[in-house]
Amino acid sequence: MKVIELHKSVTDSNDRDADRLRAEMKKAGVLLINLMSSPGSGKTTLLGATIKGMPDTRIAVLEADIDSAVDAEKIASWGARAIQVHTDGMCHMDAGMTREGLEGMGYEGVDLAVLENIGNLICPAEFDTGAGLNVMILSITEGDDKPLKYPLMFETSDALVISKIDALPYFNFDMEKCIERARRLNPDIKVFPLSAKTGEGMQAWTDYLHQEIRNWRENS
Amino acid sequence: MHELGIVTHVAKTLDEVAEENRITKIGSVTLQIGEVSGIINDYFVDCWDYFKKKHPVLQEAVMKIEIIPAVTYCEDCRSEYETVKYGKICPHCKSERTYLIQGNECTIKEIEAETEE
Ligand SMILES: Nc1nc2c(ncn2[C@@H]2O[C@H](COP(=O)(O)OP(=O)(O)OP(=O)(O)O)[C@@H](O)[C@H]2O)c(=O)[nH]1
Ligand SMILES: [Mg+2]
Ligand SMILES: [Zn+2]
Repeated sequence: MKVIELHKSVTDSNDRDADRLRAEMKKAGVLLINLMSSPGSGKTTLLGATIKGMPDTRIAVLEADIDSAVDAEKIASWGARAIQVHTDGMCHMDAGMTREGLEGMGYEGVDLAVLENIGNLICPAEFDTGAGLNVMILSITEGDDKPLKYPLMFETSDALVISKIDALPYFNFDMEKCIERARRLNPDIKVFPLSAKTGEGMQAWTDYLHQEIRNWRENS
Repeated sequence: MHELGIVTHVAKTLDEVAEENRITKIGSVTLQIGEVSGIINDYFVDCWDYFKKKHPVLQEAVMKIEIIPAVTYCEDCRSEYETVKYGKICPHCKSERTYLIQGNECTIKEIEAETEE
């Protein structure tokens, strides 16, 4: 036996797979978004409001729940293409599983594909899924200290949606402090406070998505 | 199950390394795991022992783990301190402008292997 020094990150093979997937999606002109948050912070509800708010955009959704198909059925009932991806009990999606889901669903003719990642603020941030854009949701019910506790997710996200702002009067959530904490970790992060329930703030969010879809196509 | 996810990636990476280096058998794998990486070591080794059976070159590979202590740096007083003991707030000057400099890693340091001829 001989010793071979590697010094490779364990995510090395996934990182390369993710880069390949990103290039394939670029070529196909499909913007893939990796949507991450804790369980119940409003991913599926936001997707529903987004589908309604962007009627001319063809949206497809990959639902990565650990074992139920509830969310995929909801999305399909709102008129978007949806597939349930099986994660075999894993706590995050990686590029290989994302590719399988996309291929299983088919993405021809799609403008925007969204991966609803597994509800968890830690593991999904560590694995590149091959998405062109990483978006995280923090609901105001979770508290404004989350950037301090889960810095990596804030660092790796391009955009932060602060959801359920219709409930602000009932919670001690300091919006300014939260945004300041997030920006300290990631000065370029785009922030969208919104309520999928009342529609407040939804316009800025869908405008952002339209712009990102255009950018993705122009540079392909 | 974070450990299982990582184990699958380690195995995948090692399969690739084995092919590139014409390795027939891997006897051991040494991982460096940060103290605050969130990985539970005992559980990780169990996952490994279960999972390696699916990969011919890894069947006999023993998992060795080296822990890397977590250290945080304070931008205000430019000192370093133990993350696990003090958290985000600098014990010297009470600043919050601090960041982790080591302790979050999960890397494959080295393997012991047999190669063709
Ligand atoms: N008040 C209020 N409630 C909301 C809003 N968005 C979502 N909710 C509620 O929050 C709960 C969880 O919403 P989901 O959209 O299922 O959350 P999710 O992140 O998809 O949940 P998982 O997939 O289970 O992780 C539901 O009861 C929603 O009705 C909002 O903007 N305002
Ligand atoms: Mg959901
Ligand atoms: Zn200090």
